[in-house]
Amino acid sequence: MLETEKHTLDPTKWIDLYADYLFNYTITRVNDADLSKDLVQDTFFAGLKSAKNFKGEATERTWLVSILKRKIIDYYRKINSKKGKAEVRMDFYNDGENEGNWLEERVPQSWENASEKDIENEELKNQLERCINKLPEKYAMVFRLKTIQDFETEEICKELDITASNLWVIIHRARIQLQKCMEDNWFNK
Amino acid sequence: MRLFKITCDEAATICDKSQYNESSIREKLMLYIHFTRCKICRLYTKHNILLSVFIKGNKKMICDKKHYILTEKDKEKLRIALEKQILQ
Repeated sequence: MLETEKHTLDPTKWIDLYADYLFNYTITRVNDADLSKDLVQDTFFAGLKSAKNFKGEATERTWLVSILKRKIIDYYRKINSKKGKAEVRMDFYNDGENEGNWLEERVPQSWENASEKDIENEELKNQLERCINKLPEKYAMVFRLKTIQDFETEEICKELDITASNLWVIIHRARIQLQKCMEDNWFNK
Repeated sequence: MRLFKITCDEAATICDKSQYNESSIREKLMLYIHFTRCKICRLYTKHNILLSVFIKGNKKMICDKKHYILTEKDKEKLRIALEKQILQ
């Protein structure tokens, strides 16, 4: 019978072996270098504290990543002012005979100069980047994971501890804000 | 036909999901039926598709898929902080 190898912890090697990996993992999710450094440090400290609970079933790196994921969820919850609450849709009537219809002030405006040919336009690229960077932090995080990093819906929900329904509300809000930003700063400028 | 009737709110969600190929054929059908009577959702969808095209076309620039690493200075700071914790 095969015996599975037990993994051990060696915190003195963590920086050399895992600091870059964990930093890269974090920055692609939170898009902030300083915050990523802090989260990586917190992860190492938390790892030291709970080292006695390490059973050796997972590799050292997998174990540290699982701690880091928890730290990212905690951070996401911290920036989410409506902690624990479901995201509420804001662009549609919530009740009455218009329930589910667009709120008048949220109705999208026509884009005058929109064309797929603009895709090569350098200035448009920069504007798009500026608009993405203007998104509120918690929308930006979900939007980047889903749209830029191509994460699966299920994976994001698991990582950030949110429901799929919440994810789609956040994606919708991010897309509406991006459309509005592009409308004001590019298409209808 | 009533079964296929959706609100603008639902239509927008289907449209958003479609940008990531995550809507079902039934949902797409409901969306197209909704389009026949809703100009606003048609416009939202048009913009949403265009936004997806621009993002997809410029993903490399936006994403900058380089591998991020810490500077030696940052690593040294981290090493000192961790060593302090180990000794405590």
